[in-house]
Amino acid sequence: MDALVVKDLYKAYGNDVAVGGVSFDVKDGEIFGLIGPNGAGKTTTLRVISTLLTVTSGELTVYGKSVTEEPNEVRKIISYLPEDAGAYKNLTGRQYLEFIAGFFTSGSTKKEMVDRGVGIANLGERIDSKVDTYSKGMMRRLLIARAIMTQPKLAILDEVTSGLDVINATEIRGIIKDLSKEGTSVLLSSHNMFEVEYLCDRVALIDKGKIVADGAPDELKKEYSANNIEEVFIKVVRG
Amino acid sequence: MISHLWHLIKKEVRELLTPATVIPIVIMAIIFASIGNLTGGAVEDTLSASPVIGIINLDGDNETYSAIIYDTAIAMNASIVFESDDINDLQEGLDVVRERGAMALIVIGPDYNESISSGEKGNLTVYWNMKGTGIFSSMSSAPVDIMLSEVSRSTTYALIEESSDLDPENITSPIVYSSTTLLGDKELVGLGPETVAGFLQSQSFTMPMLIMIIIVMLGGIIISSMGQEKENKTLETLLTLPVNRTVIVSGKLLGSAIVGLVFAGIYMVGMNIYMDNLMIGDVDLSEFGISMGTAETALVGLMVVLAIVCALGICMILGAFAMNYKAAQSLTIPITFLALIPFFVTMFTDYQSLSPILQALMFAIPFTHPMMATNNIMVGNMELVYYGIAYLAIFALATVFITVRLYKSDILLTGVGTTVKGSRTRRRMRK
Repeated sequence: MDALVVKDLYKAYGNDVAVGGVSFDVKDGEIFGLIGPNGAGKTTTLRVISTLLTVTSGELTVYGKSVTEEPNEVRKIISYLPEDAGAYKNLTGRQYLEFIAGFFTSGSTKKEMVDRGVGIANLGERIDSKVDTYSKGMMRRLLIARAIMTQPKLAILDEVTSGLDVINATEIRGIIKDLSKEGTSVLLSSHNMFEVEYLCDRVALIDKGKIVADGAPDELKKEYSANNIEEVFIKVVRG
Repeated sequence: MISHLWHLIKKEVRELLTPATVIPIVIMAIIFASIGNLTGGAVEDTLSASPVIGIINLDGDNETYSAIIYDTAIAMNASIVFESDDINDLQEGLDVVRERGAMALIVIGPDYNESISSGEKGNLTVYWNMKGTGIFSSMSSAPVDIMLSEVSRSTTYALIEESSDLDPENITSPIVYSSTTLLGDKELVGLGPETVAGFLQSQSFTMPMLIMIIIVMLGGIIISSMGQEKENKTLETLLTLPVNRTVIVSGKLLGSAIVGLVFAGIYMVGMNIYMDNLMIGDVDLSEFGISMGTAETALVGLMVVLAIVCALGICMILGAFAMNYKAAQSLTIPITFLALIPFFVTMFTDYQSLSPILQALMFAIPFTHPMMATNNIMVGNMELVYYGIAYLAIFALATVFITVRLYKSDILLTGVGTTVKGSRTRRRMRK
């Protein structure tokens, strides 16, 4: 079964059309990248899939469950990490993970889930420090841990390494690769074309609210006679 | 569902109840209590103090009426720091009064006894030693004021006794009347309207003050919290978790209510100490049936709870439009006004004295009803209390309903009239 199927998704705010008829699918266990310029509709698409925004028209299913008809069921199997997200400042990293885990499980399995999160975050003793004292890299690690520890079937990650230094970004890419190997499907958006090429099994290029090209990175490079996805992107966007 | 709710409440309380939020409230309460203690103590100390005076007696012999002055001073344990019978000693007397910190220098005029004996007024000149310019500075002269009033009364009695066999008490107060005040359906035997009004005013201050503080506190807390949640995008995370939106709204409402009540409780302790120290001669009217039983107290409690839910509902609706912490601050203004208007109106006037339009506006504000509840119950105006509860319940349900709807809509994340990332692109697309 496909992890995600998006059919002709339209999302409008009054007369403003944010996403104008987007269709794509994410296979089970696949890392799928959504790339595009600022304002192309990536974040809106991810928010709609994550049940945060309503759908103007179109059909969306996550592992066969309708985003519009069964949002609560969808929320049980997805995990969404917004761009530049933070955590509750007065909680420690561990308390934050416990808070999130409390919505998925309880008792000893909750402890297992939190321990898994603590391991992914790999913050050492700082896991018991207030979130308020974390650097951007530490915060991102904590949030990745939060998103992954619940073992979602589909992880939706928006600009996951945005603003991070090379070391933190590399570590997080490694975590995402491992996640996919463990069977979680991943839908991510990014500006970083090299990151997308490195991580993704398939990508879709979105511009002005529409998918303008999609396929495996190697196929796209071949199709557009480009050396990398960045060149593909420029050729597609500039026509 | 209950465990999710409890989980959210705990998080909300933990997030909002921090040293950074509690310490300013505690300091404020301590300042209030300290001001009450200081001013109350100062008033009591001053009123119970003995007069400290100097006396220059220019009337020669210590005759009947000037003797009353000395007798009264002795009876009041007055301390006489300077005494003379020569007007040339006036400057010396004033210097001594200043140096010794006495309250006043009293100069008994040369014809004091003769004037009073012949039916004219006796002449005293009083030099007051003012020790400060604060509100309570004039209080320091109160013991001498009291002493001079007593001298005046004793002189009157002495004059009456000299010329009549009648009891001076009956001459100065020839009539006696007993008061019965009609308040609603109650007859308050032995009480005048001033006493009753004084008691009711003290009651009508406490409840509106409590409600006003709770609402203003909650307004700030919940709107700021929502602004922060949006800024940190923790709200986005929360809304993608497998938990019902109604539970999220309820968790926020209840968590904020608990924190608001804790803050209001701390404030009220300070405020009560402040008020207790300033209220002198308070009257308890419970023996006249002007009090609240368990059922009435429960009604007021219900109204306070409903008012809190209304306040939280309004705040969450306003907070939904705050896109960040900074924007949230300005959104606390409407809720503050909604709390202050009925507070001042109930403090300084009665709703019946307002025009019908203003009455309608007052009653439309949900917080008016609990602020008026205590006095309405005491005077037996139960119809207004029951209407108030019904209105609050409807208002609370409506605000919670709207809040849940907002949490299910895009407005919470996108705001009204705002466009999300890429509006320029979308405009291009329309072209």
